[in-house]
Amino acid sequence: MAYMKRSPWIIHYDGSSCNGCDIEVLACLTPLYDVERFGIINTGNPKHADIFVVTGSVNEQNRQVIRNIYDQMPEPKVVAALGICACSGGVFRECYNVEGGMDQVIPVDVYIPGCPVRPEQIIDGVVRALGVLEEKRARMAAGENAEVTA
Amino acid sequence: MSRQIVIPFGPQHPVLPEPIHLDLVMEDERVVEALPSIGYVHRGLEKLVEKREYKDFVYIAERICGICSFIHGMTYCHAVEGVMDLPVPPRALYLRTVWSELSRLHSHLLWLGLLADSMGFESLFMQAWRLREHVLDDLEATTGNRVIQGVCKVGGVRHDVDDRKLHEILDGLDEIRPQLDDLVNVFVRDNSVRHRLGGLGVLTEQQAWELGAVGPVLRASGVANDIRQTGYAAYDELDFHPVVETAGDCYARTVVRAKELFTSIDLIRQAVETIPEGPVEMKVTGNPKGEFYARSEQPRGEVVHYVKANGTKNLVRFRVRTPTFTNIPPLLEAMKGIELADVPVVVLSIDPCIGCAER
Repeated sequence: MAYMKRSPWIIHYDGSSCNGCDIEVLACLTPLYDVERFGIINTGNPKHADIFVVTGSVNEQNRQVIRNIYDQMPEPKVVAALGICACSGGVFRECYNVEGGMDQVIPVDVYIPGCPVRPEQIIDGVVRALGVLEEKRARMAAGENAEVTA
Repeated sequence: MSRQIVIPFGPQHPVLPEPIHLDLVMEDERVVEALPSIGYVHRGLEKLVEKREYKDFVYIAERICGICSFIHGMTYCHAVEGVMDLPVPPRALYLRTVWSELSRLHSHLLWLGLLADSMGFESLFMQAWRLREHVLDDLEATTGNRVIQGVCKVGGVRHDVDDRKLHEILDGLDEIRPQLDDLVNVFVRDNSVRHRLGGLGVLTEQQAWELGAVGPVLRASGVANDIRQTGYAAYDELDFHPVVETAGDCYARTVVRAKELFTSIDLIRQAVETIPEGPVEMKVTGNPKGEFYARSEQPRGEVVHYVKANGTKNLVRFRVRTPTFTNIPPLLEAMKGIELADVPVVVLSIDPCIGCAER
């Protein structure tokens, strides 16, 4: 599984974000930042993905969509909450249709705050997520449950 | 008649950066009808005016949408300034105009890239986004932020930009001009692009007008409607003509946006060359009382901000009518009769911004 160490595939879903973080995710793929040169690919298929990059916060309508994407991803998998809305609800936390951060629905491994996050922060977060992914892979190799955290 | 089946499209779909759900009623490969369901991104931020003071609310208004963020913030400021009847310094209005047009440049380049991506023209996507980074650099150098600028405030703008920097922006735009020409050339002249987009998702002038299309969607169907002509900010002192196409298909919508890149550059040039000296902000005291509609032209079309105030520091009501929301009925009409494989292209041709549409 050494191929996974450096080139994770990412799936991105916009919870209820304002787009600011989402276009910065796309900016990471394009020539200035260009993470694709490391083999990091933004895929649309949850079953192909290693890292779930999720922006925006939770509401009643997207709760099940997020859960579905997460459940379909194969183990080991890492969730990166991108932007302050995904971490805690951000500036919208007091809105009636915002229930809070992504950790209310799925376990979040890496928090990347910022409004909006800069591409450098996103790349840094994905690199941190790679570390978590490697830990989970090692746990699975040892026959343990990947999702158990210390 | 062949059998009808329903294919769900979205909310999580590779071509959509944002969630919208469409139920496509199909007969073989043809779309008979498209039924939208929205609400995945609704936050309910209009009600937040009850909890935030009217001056602080600018940063929420800017976060209605991350792509057209500056214009949302500016329109909200115009609305509050309209209620309070504030004489905003002209230099601030000119700076707002420059930033609006830079926002339009980056938004249109973003959209051209996404469109190329939806057609499977990956290298064109990369080229458009590479040029977009130049515009973002200008925005970052003058406002401090790439995407959500946070530079507009009630009564002016937060800081001045000196003339030397403004002219540097012009020089930078001159530098990328040949590359922009090349890029636009591909969108306008390339045979495969014309083959993919021509005659696809047609809206006649009457349909576009009756269904309430705004912005490039309306202009691509032959209606010369551009809210910048109403002369908000500094637009009444600048000279420009709306870009109009008549075919009403996806190709026409692409051409309108591609040509608007050059209108924007021209407007930035005029604004920088005629910008008056003076302060960029004024002291705002007291609370607003009354109501006001402010209209602006966003990259996606007309946006209306309505504010109602009763003399307290919180507004009573805030309402936004966003371009994507009004462009959804025309989109559903344009989707009738297209093939399934063309759905992503037609959906993108209205430049959907769900963050705006649902707020």
